[in-house]
Amino acid sequence: MQARKKYVLLTVCACCWLLLVYWGGIQVRLLRLLGQPRTEDVRLWPEWADQELLLGFADLEELQADELAGESPQQRRQAWSGIYRDGRCRMETCFDFSRCRGRDGFRVYVYPPEKGERISESYRKILASIAESRYHTSDPREACLFVLGIDTLDRDQLSAQYVPNVDERIRGYPLWNDGRNHLIFNLYSGTWPNYTEDLGFRVGQAILAKASLNVEHFRPGFDVSIPLFSKDHPQKGGERGWLERNSVPPRRKYLLMFKGKRYLTGIGSDTRNALHHIHNGKDIVSLTTCRHGKDWEKHKDGRCDHDNLEYERYDYQELLHNSTFCLVPRGRRLGSFRFLESLQAACIPVLLSNGWELPFSDVIQWNQAVIEGDERLLLQVPTTVHAVDDEKVLALRQRTQLLWDAYFSSVDKIVLTTLEIIKDRVFSYVSRNKLMWNALPGGLLVLPEYSTHLAHFPFYYLSQGMSPGQEFTAVIHAVSPLVSQSQPIMRLLQVVSKSKYCSQIIILWNSEKPPPARSKWPPMPVPLTVMDGRKKTTSRFLPHVAIETEAVLSLDEDTVLLTSEVNFAFLVWRSFPERIVGYPPRSHFWDPVKRVWGYTSKWTNEYSIVLTGAAFYHRYYHHLFSQYLPPSLRALVDHTSNCEDILMNFLVSSVTHLPPIKVAQRKQHKEAASPQGAKNAPWSNPEHFTQRQECVNAFASWFGYMPLVHSQLRLDPVLFRDQVSVLRKKYKDLERA
Amino acid sequence: MSALWRSSERAAAACVRALGGPAAKWLSRIVGFSMCASVKYGSRGPALIPRMKTKHRVYYIALFSVVLLGLIATGAFQFWPHSIESAAEWSVDRRSVHDAPLVRLPANSPIPERGDLSCRMHTCFNVYSCGYNPKNRIKVYIYPLQRYVDELGTPISSTGLSREYNELLSAISDSDFYTDDVSRACLLVPSIDVLNQNSLRVRETAQALAMLPRWDRGTNHLLFNMLPGGPPDYNTALDVPRDKALLAGGGFSTWTYRQGYDVSIPVYSPLSAEVDLPERPPGPRRYFILSSQTALHREYRGELERLKEENGEAVLLLDKCSNLSQGAVSSRKRCYKSQVFDYPQILQESSFCVVLRGARLGQAILSDVLQAGCVPVILADSYILPFSEVLDWKRASVVIPEDKLPEIYTILKGIPHRQVEEMQRQARWFWDAYFRSMKAIGLTTLQIINDRIYPYAARSYEQWNNPPVVQWSSVNSPLFLPLIPPRSPGFTAVVLTYDRVESLFRVITEISKVPSLAKLLVVWNNQNKSPPEESLWPKINVPLKVVRTKENKLSNRFFPYDEIETEAVLAIDDDIIMLTSDELQFGYEVWREFPDRLVGYPGRLHLWDHEMGKWKYESEWTNEVSMVLTGAAFYHKYFNYLYTYKMPGDIKNWVDAHMNCEDIAMNFLVANITGKAPIKVTPRKKFKCPECTAIDGLSLDQTHMVERSECINKFASVFGTMPLKVVEHRADPVLYKDDFPEKLKSFPNIGSL
Repeated sequence: MQARKKYVLLTVCACCWLLLVYWGGIQVRLLRLLGQPRTEDVRLWPEWADQELLLGFADLEELQADELAGESPQQRRQAWSGIYRDGRCRMETCFDFSRCRGRDGFRVYVYPPEKGERISESYRKILASIAESRYHTSDPREACLFVLGIDTLDRDQLSAQYVPNVDERIRGYPLWNDGRNHLIFNLYSGTWPNYTEDLGFRVGQAILAKASLNVEHFRPGFDVSIPLFSKDHPQKGGERGWLERNSVPPRRKYLLMFKGKRYLTGIGSDTRNALHHIHNGKDIVSLTTCRHGKDWEKHKDGRCDHDNLEYERYDYQELLHNSTFCLVPRGRRLGSFRFLESLQAACIPVLLSNGWELPFSDVIQWNQAVIEGDERLLLQVPTTVHAVDDEKVLALRQRTQLLWDAYFSSVDKIVLTTLEIIKDRVFSYVSRNKLMWNALPGGLLVLPEYSTHLAHFPFYYLSQGMSPGQEFTAVIHAVSPLVSQSQPIMRLLQVVSKSKYCSQIIILWNSEKPPPARSKWPPMPVPLTVMDGRKKTTSRFLPHVAIETEAVLSLDEDTVLLTSEVNFAFLVWRSFPERIVGYPPRSHFWDPVKRVWGYTSKWTNEYSIVLTGAAFYHRYYHHLFSQYLPPSLRALVDHTSNCEDILMNFLVSSVTHLPPIKVAQRKQHKEAASPQGAKNAPWSNPEHFTQRQECVNAFASWFGYMPLVHSQLRLDPVLFRDQVSVLRKKYKDLERA
Repeated sequence: MSALWRSSERAAAACVRALGGPAAKWLSRIVGFSMCASVKYGSRGPALIPRMKTKHRVYYIALFSVVLLGLIATGAFQFWPHSIESAAEWSVDRRSVHDAPLVRLPANSPIPERGDLSCRMHTCFNVYSCGYNPKNRIKVYIYPLQRYVDELGTPISSTGLSREYNELLSAISDSDFYTDDVSRACLLVPSIDVLNQNSLRVRETAQALAMLPRWDRGTNHLLFNMLPGGPPDYNTALDVPRDKALLAGGGFSTWTYRQGYDVSIPVYSPLSAEVDLPERPPGPRRYFILSSQTALHREYRGELERLKEENGEAVLLLDKCSNLSQGAVSSRKRCYKSQVFDYPQILQESSFCVVLRGARLGQAILSDVLQAGCVPVILADSYILPFSEVLDWKRASVVIPEDKLPEIYTILKGIPHRQVEEMQRQARWFWDAYFRSMKAIGLTTLQIINDRIYPYAARSYEQWNNPPVVQWSSVNSPLFLPLIPPRSPGFTAVVLTYDRVESLFRVITEISKVPSLAKLLVVWNNQNKSPPEESLWPKINVPLKVVRTKENKLSNRFFPYDEIETEAVLAIDDDIIMLTSDELQFGYEVWREFPDRLVGYPGRLHLWDHEMGKWKYESEWTNEVSMVLTGAAFYHKYFNYLYTYKMPGDIKNWVDAHMNCEDIAMNFLVANITGKAPIKVTPRKKFKCPECTAIDGLSLDQTHMVERSECINKFASVFGTMPLKVVEHRADPVLYKDDFPEKLKSFPNIGSL
């Protein structure tokens, strides 16, 4: 019995145990459900059993037999221009390409303003910029683009600048043709209270270059969005960005700032009314004032008095300098002055302007220079800007400066950028790519007519992982006739051709006498070409197609050089391919008494020019020299037979913002020129020097600022004049007296 | 298996808890129930078993086996359900497309409005559902598959779910973008396949879209379409009414494309998967221009024929084959007169390939052409190129207006040869990265939308457009703006010292004479000894700070101390007393002209040792320089951050462990990120072997050189390349050694030994 009891007990125990296991199992299952992270249980898109059997979305035949049936493409294109007009204009339907044929096809004509026409300061600057640009023509027949003489900048009917009856007047233009090939500039459109995009006249098929453009009205690939600029915006040159140094860590005193009006009512008030919410008085300063317009007190609310007080406590300029990010909310219109202001101040703009087509958005990649916020997410802005790391701040900030300097610092640049964008559309197959627009030195200084290949420019070697070529072309400027075999030019030819980096020599024959026969020149290990320079001083910088290497060694016929000097300078140039690398230096200075720029050839501790009588530079500068610079400056050079070297230095420094580079030289340049040469030499003439001084001032006024930059250093071979055995030195010739 | 183990262990623990048997405690960790049961049995057993009778033994054993069996059964029952369940899931996974639930569309079910042309992200897109997100990544939800039929039971689409759309959805589902939680989704992708409008019934598809549970007038919905429009007008966007939904479409024109809202995608070419075209190395190609489209309008064909007449062999104009042998696929063959060519292989034989518009603007041939590394010549007025929002097509293609077709030969001849080769490489790279599969197309589309929603975290132009080769070799310096910082506020000298107080004080006195010195920072690297009392330090005109370090590490010298308030840092050893004030001031001036470089005094070189097949360190008087020693060097404070926080690999630890080579590491770092050589300033001086401070005795010199060489090899392998650049120049003052009165020179006292 006892045993049975025990069996029963055992059985009960076993049953209990089984139950326990069962319940325990339940627990285990629950644990498993709870314990595992959800992501592992994500329901993925199923892997179908029959997915191999699924049909293709289209079979090959269908994809390849996509024939355009019926009407001829030509007719279709013509029909398009009837359908897609006005608000739906595109270049292919509203622009007459046949007006822009040929190499110089892009010409801009400005209608002469009528007598007594009231033209605002800003529009006068725009017209002046076009008139001075290399695209200007005074003949409407050869024009590809037309610009109105009527001031259309301010189309706010309440404004004093408003010009009435524009519609009737433009219809009077014989070439108006419903606006075809016309370019209309506008800064302000619409008026209180809606500030619509309406200009108050029929734009028709004209291209709009307009500030505060709305994406909905923007005709992509046709209109150009320009920035809003004030009437004090400089015509030329323009102030450089405020960033002087890349301080690290890059954060400034304030993280984010705004100081401006708070609209109590009307369009744009949604955002402006909310800006005060993010103000914390510490790192985020967002100040608003209600004080604007005549009747602000009517709409005044409880915050106004307190906000107005707080507003007075901070200075806008000081905030600009000391803030990392600047809020750029919409005003009544989408764009505002503060956009350019913060760009210049290297205060990274945080845009709160939904639907704003950003200036030159066709070509500029704004997400690398600004933070594009969303008006709807205003309260998220502080978190967003907090999350931007230091590395990114550093990059964004430098990019604001790059863009400011390349496209916005003057009216000239804004107008020229507009024209270049349109030109790139007209000649789309010879145009700049996005990298050219967004990398240093900016699109305006990269001429696609020269080449559209990145490797052909001196600016992109590093960013494309390339290095400059291993050879150079010597271009010798010859002015005196060939009479003896002991002339300096003969010696120079020998010296240069002996360099292992020299691949060809070009002699530019600029003498009164015709060039000598081929046999008169000594035999050379490299090809020698003689070209006619047509007795022009600027011809030395013509974009000779004969130059096949990236590096050019420009030489005067009487230059005295050693092969090792040439070799050393060339190697230095390969380290600095975007600069001029040369031997004899010169300097400019500001003469505060006469209030003009001075020029000096004295030995000084710093220099800003190296003479191009013996200098290496990239061949692209030949092209820039002859295409980018205005004919007037080149005429000045040709007329005086002087200053071409100064002009070249101006040009290169304006591109690089850096000084040229002087390299070591055995003895003073041109010292050894033959006595008879020195007598006739132009530089012995005191007038020559005065001319150069005048040149410096003339150039500075065309550039609108002084691009030359001083340097205090010279690059010498590593062991130059060191007290080691001469045998160890690679460039020992340089040290011979 | 491991899950089973885990659960059995837990069950055992439960058994222990229930029984409370102390002896069982340790067992629960190791084994499952059966052991537990026997333990329980065992705990009472010893008293029980000896008294057991034989007749009971049978019963007992039987009972025990029953219990055991029961246990096993229960166990199985316990753990089967799971497997059964997951097996059920698994079988669901393997179900057929035809098992998807059927949805019958009522004839009068609502139809969405036609796409609103004015839609933009800020008007039609609901950003609140994306919101702020620390990863800056949108979440995408995919609707489960359903089969839609109309009231009569006819499906709304003739293909149903297509192979391509299925691939696309799987790719999204496998990506980081995917979420299965519709409430967390920022973007919703219907599983209704609208890739090809021709296989759709437009009205019914629209109704099906409107029936989606979260449709909400199409807000945040993304549709993929490659072949829009239908005969005879061929609209350039999908004709299916779709409210506010975003459209990723192939073949947009400028009039239907909503910039910044829609995404222009390529038309996928099934040949991408069928044909393997290896990348063709650069080199001459047989033809200059090739036209391989079969369905060209006769007007275009006429113009191309004229082009062929003018330019002969350079132009190859292919057409359909009229008399193909049996078994050949006509879509894979092209003919010129009687010559037969394989398509798409023939595309690789030409430099340029014409891509003309057909009835639609987007052509699948574009993908084939890119795959072949042939530069597409695109003639399709108003066409929005695929992914044009981020891809720079000018670097991979030539876009020519249609009416310029007769001039293409002249236009293309004007492109330099080297550029053509680069465009070919670029074209192939675009295909590799963005065209090659539905996955690539789908994820690129999502990335573009992601970039719009989080513009501050968007991928850069370089990331989108540079092929891997360029990405590897290119340099994008973080200090790219050409700035010459103003002379004030000067520089901060950082002196690393251990205990050579006397020498340190001399250095401090010497440096303090430099006009542009703003502050002196002494990094006291000796933990066993305190720095001398304040009164003992030399009296100088600029602030002097002493920082005590926690460990004697070489990298302390490059730490970005908050005390360094200037950009320019002069790193100097405590025994460099031979530099004159002029030399230091000049060094600072040189640094101002090259703020992104190391500017230092003693220069060094790395050389390739051909015998040993590795890098060698050289400190002899050479004509070249590739490094400057940081025993005396100016550099930007930014590089301190880089050194401390961004040094690749284990270089920092290596340096601290070997107590050597911190300067070589710095040279590597700067050269790697800027692509530029350092600048050595002023003539050679007799430095007291500045790099062997830690070593005494001359015999160690050899070991030292070996160690330094080892460093170079180690760093080169960590960087994966040799970033150092060799130059043959150094910087001197303009008038150095010129015949000029010393008094008038700015830096007369230079180079004295």
